[in-house]
Amino acid sequence: MSHPHDDPHPHQPDIEDAPLGYHETLTEALLALLRDKGVFSADELRRTLEEIDSRSPADGARLVARSWIDPAFRERLLHDVNAAARELGIDAGGIPIRAVADTEQVHNVIVCTLCSCYPRLLLGAAPDWYKSRAYRSRVVREPRAVLREFGLELPDEVQVVVHDATAELRYLVLPCRPAGTEGWDEPALAALVTRDCMIGTAMPIVPG
Amino acid sequence: MNRRHHDMGGLAAGPVERAEHAHAPWEKKVDALLRLLLAKRVMTLDELRRGIEEIGPDAYDRLGYFERWITSIGNILLEKGIVTVAELGEAMASVRRAAAAAGRR
Repeated sequence: MSHPHDDPHPHQPDIEDAPLGYHETLTEALLALLRDKGVFSADELRRTLEEIDSRSPADGARLVARSWIDPAFRERLLHDVNAAARELGIDAGGIPIRAVADTEQVHNVIVCTLCSCYPRLLLGAAPDWYKSRAYRSRVVREPRAVLREFGLELPDEVQVVVHDATAELRYLVLPCRPAGTEGWDEPALAALVTRDCMIGTAMPIVPG
Repeated sequence: MNRRHHDMGGLAAGPVERAEHAHAPWEKKVDALLRLLLAKRVMTLDELRRGIEEIGPDAYDRLGYFERWITSIGNILLEKGIVTVAELGEAMASVRRAAAAAGRR
């Protein structure tokens, strides 16, 4: 959150020992009411929770790694991320996602200034900072300064392009394939592609 | 320019706080609840956003992310008449009684 002094989320408290908060009570009450009314079943809720837990940046990383080794796939990914993901058995959902490809001259970054739109089905839950006032406010005005806070220093000659996501269109950054990875297979390449690489606040780093 | 509170792109703000927290179980339930309501076409994502944008600047800043979501979801469901204030009050009391019986305050 944007106000660390007022952060209602301590790091991993012992959940069962914490007092029952108002919003948790409201959540449990609405779930119980809607189950009783037959809007959804307990089983549907359980499956939805499992589905949420099953998503991680590994899915997005597979797309990026495949795009590095298969130029035809890269073209299809740039044309239609949701369809290209389906080829790999990944359900990217019904809301269009656009891939924005980095080059030697252009570095892409994504944000949602109005709320928190994010390619969740490819990256899992968004990090707290993505939803924070500081990131949402500043990255569109001073992206280089924000990226510097993430430890990413870009040369002046590299153009920074910031993409502001909406409820109708989300973005996924395709970082450049790092030098020194010639001949690597897809899983090894995918392991280099972190969540932040696909947001644009980091670049893939070859260890060693 | 007259902007609403959530429309913050380009404004000045402090450094990005990069610490992350793992979602509490109830936060994941809020997420699941929204997905189910969208899938069942009980409400839309635009309605969720409208509900969040109507929270008011003070509450917007004070509430956590999923606190804003459940506040919006609750208000939208009340507005649509899918749940009533009386039903919700009773259900919340019931949740509190069950928690107390399980040793939580």
